[in-house]
Amino acid sequence: MIKLTVNGRKKTFGGAPFTRLIDALREDFALTGTKEGCGEGECGACTVLLDGEPVNSCLIPVCQAEGRKVETIESMGSPEKLSKLQAGFLACGGAQCGICTPGMLMTASAHIRTNGKCDDKSIRTALSGNLCRCTGYQDIVKSVIKAAKDKR
Amino acid sequence: MSVGKNEPRRDGPAKLTGRALYLDDVEIPGCWHGVTVRSSVAHGRIKSITYDPAFDWASCVVVTAKDIPGKNVVALIEPDQPLLADGIVRHREEAVVLIAHRERATAYEAAKRVKIEYEPLPPIFDMGKSDKIFKSYMISRGDVDAGFAAAHIVVEGEYSTPSQEQAYIENNAIAAYEEDGILVITGSLQCPYYVLKAMKQIFNRDETKIRIIQTVTGGGFGGKEEYPSMIAGHAALLSLKAGRPVKIVYDRHEDMAATTKRHPAVMRHRTGLTKDGKLVAQDIEVIMDGGAYATLSAVVLSRGTLHAAGPYECPNVRVRSKVVMTHTPPNGAFRGFGAPQTLFAVELHWEKIADALKIDSLTLRRRNIFKLGSTTATGQKLLESVGVEECLQKAVKNSKYEAKRIEYSRWNKNAKNKTWKGIGLAVCHHGAGFTGSGEVYLASRAGIALTRDGQLIVLAASTEIGQGTNTMFAQVASDALGVPASWFSVETPDTHKVPDSGPTVASRTCMVVGGLVSRATKDLKAAFEAEYGRVPKTSADLKKAAAALCKDAAARRFEVQYEKPPDVTWNDASYQGDAYGVYSYAALVADLEIDKLTYEVRLNKVTTAQDIGKAINPLLAEGQIIGGSTQGLGWALLEEPIFKDGVMINAQLTNYVIPTSLDTPPFDVILVEKPYSRGPFGAKGVGELPMDIPGPAVAAAVKHAIGRMIPTLPQTPERIAKALKP
Repeated sequence: MIKLTVNGRKKTFGGAPFTRLIDALREDFALTGTKEGCGEGECGACTVLLDGEPVNSCLIPVCQAEGRKVETIESMGSPEKLSKLQAGFLACGGAQCGICTPGMLMTASAHIRTNGKCDDKSIRTALSGNLCRCTGYQDIVKSVIKAAKDKR
Repeated sequence: MSVGKNEPRRDGPAKLTGRALYLDDVEIPGCWHGVTVRSSVAHGRIKSITYDPAFDWASCVVVTAKDIPGKNVVALIEPDQPLLADGIVRHREEAVVLIAHRERATAYEAAKRVKIEYEPLPPIFDMGKSDKIFKSYMISRGDVDAGFAAAHIVVEGEYSTPSQEQAYIENNAIAAYEEDGILVITGSLQCPYYVLKAMKQIFNRDETKIRIIQTVTGGGFGGKEEYPSMIAGHAALLSLKAGRPVKIVYDRHEDMAATTKRHPAVMRHRTGLTKDGKLVAQDIEVIMDGGAYATLSAVVLSRGTLHAAGPYECPNVRVRSKVVMTHTPPNGAFRGFGAPQTLFAVELHWEKIADALKIDSLTLRRRNIFKLGSTTATGQKLLESVGVEECLQKAVKNSKYEAKRIEYSRWNKNAKNKTWKGIGLAVCHHGAGFTGSGEVYLASRAGIALTRDGQLIVLAASTEIGQGTNTMFAQVASDALGVPASWFSVETPDTHKVPDSGPTVASRTCMVVGGLVSRATKDLKAAFEAEYGRVPKTSADLKKAAAALCKDAAARRFEVQYEKPPDVTWNDASYQGDAYGVYSYAALVADLEIDKLTYEVRLNKVTTAQDIGKAINPLLAEGQIIGGSTQGLGWALLEEPIFKDGVMINAQLTNYVIPTSLDTPPFDVILVEKPYSRGPFGAKGVGELPMDIPGPAVAAAVKHAIGRMIPTLPQTPERIAKALKP
């Protein structure tokens, strides 16, 4: 049995230890906010935070999360009460088709939380592992800058 | 008033919180997983299909062509593409056998235990060597030979463009199940009524026994226009045989290798000009690679052909075009739909003409560009909403194009600098809506429903795939009725609930379908005025008004159908007339730098001005422009499907590289709004326009930087190195 904390709740996983973390999250814990885009760590759609660090959950076996904290998009705001970062995305056009959005938000939140620099270049660097095919990134970068300013 | 305001997108909160359900997120009780066994040869006769006896086949459902109850065809334009190969395979990755199993991993394992033997047949991979023509066109204006005879100079050039993968981040995904005798198909798709049309023939059922429902869709860009019909047929065959729901979710490799892409193309230009650079003759040849089946090739080629001469007036024009068959996976719809290919050639060709005439390409464009009253190659007179000169002027001014041309030329002369710098320009038009008489044939319908309890629901089959359709519809309806946009909801595209408003393609959703929604809402407004005395002012008032209008019915629908403007005429036989109701226009300037050691290109800035008639929601419109331009920049610098023996060998995001946040430059977007009298609130199309010209603008900038023209895409370090070889 693998014990881990998901979005602040203690969970146990009884399946194969080398199950991909994304499958454990989506199929066993019914957290479908984490998306699969490529299954090989290129697109970042499956990004979750592992002890606060953004990781591709399609590349991590669930056994590697033993005793650690996993955060997914479901830990952020709700549709009725968006977090500042989510509200920034809504105001600035940071989401279009939405499939990259949960992963993008997780990476961005880790960047803001660790007090990463909030200039254009630093945010682009932080988000460079998360592919978006719709927006051309400018409005995503603006969204993160707005959220970081609203926070500070 | 809501039109012109940045209303937040309606699907935003659900998408931002991970609550939006894409097909793979939808819990379908008892659902099995479907997988596809595909051909491993590009052309061959199927000799045998054998199933490994060591595998437990009783736990699976297996489907081949002989399980198809109706016609083995994915109906679109030509009835040539089978749903499952039967006898002959005509491209790699063609579907031959389908398998469903309760466990996804077991389904994939089963697929490996199927052995298909082929008798190989000779394949054709080179479009130049194919003699099977799917479609050809000819546009002819004036007397081209006389034009060349009178020309001061004739400039020739050959240009080519590669394929391109749509690379939506959500891979294709469709589920099928039967419910109360109705075959339900649900998933990631752009055109529910296209899927319906295909399913009718495969399953011998009418539309009452088939229901297509779109789920939240993670990007399309044309890639989910026709291929979902194929997957829907596969999922439905498996589901009917298994007697339970089946879903098929492609992985990235399968999606890239098997599904449709942009048509590779070759364009040849011969251009005659006067001494001062006025066009007197254009002779243009276009050839596109359709792949193994016709799919949408005829219409892709049509749009490519109609845009091949560029947004310029020339008295003598001939465009000859054809799309041919090769033994490769069929090419299909991708944002721009043939126009980015032909516009790449006509725009980059100006740089060659500029060298030959010693007149810069900006001046040449200014001397020939469309103006109000200009006549196009098909004889269409442009009578309104021609913003191309304004786009050109604004993009040039904001980018400081003219000063930077000089500044960078000076910089490039200094051998001590570690980079070369370049700035390049391109201009285009893009016809909004279906080509020629397409909108007449479509006869689209859309409407508004008013329920007895006072809900206002927009009814259309046009899908939200990220571009903001639902938000835009509510804004258009809001202003047409004069009530808040929040009063309107938008019905899910479901063929049992919404009328056929046509496919979500061709930059037509806002201009054409938005126009229908506006008209239907005006009918509702008239009904409120006639039967209730006024348009309701508050939500309580709306409830009373709804009860008065609906009387005993649960709801009342106000539906309208597309009507051809009487003065728009088109002749399909001669390819003359009004090719499109109106054109959108764009100018784009790419400002870049190339490392002298590595030949890597770094984009420093992109400035673009785009005339879209009216931005119903400027934030969403700019999102289309920046996102579409970024796809164009990817095609210009990074993206190239590599084919070997008829199959894409870089079918992964690892080696098919799309732009990241670091590859993408800052954008300066200028909206130009030259209203179109027949678009809702003046709106024209915006979806495809931004894809059209980043390619030629980047190629022109690279030429400015290194002094050599690379007449193809992408402009990779390898190609730059090759161009610079003495």
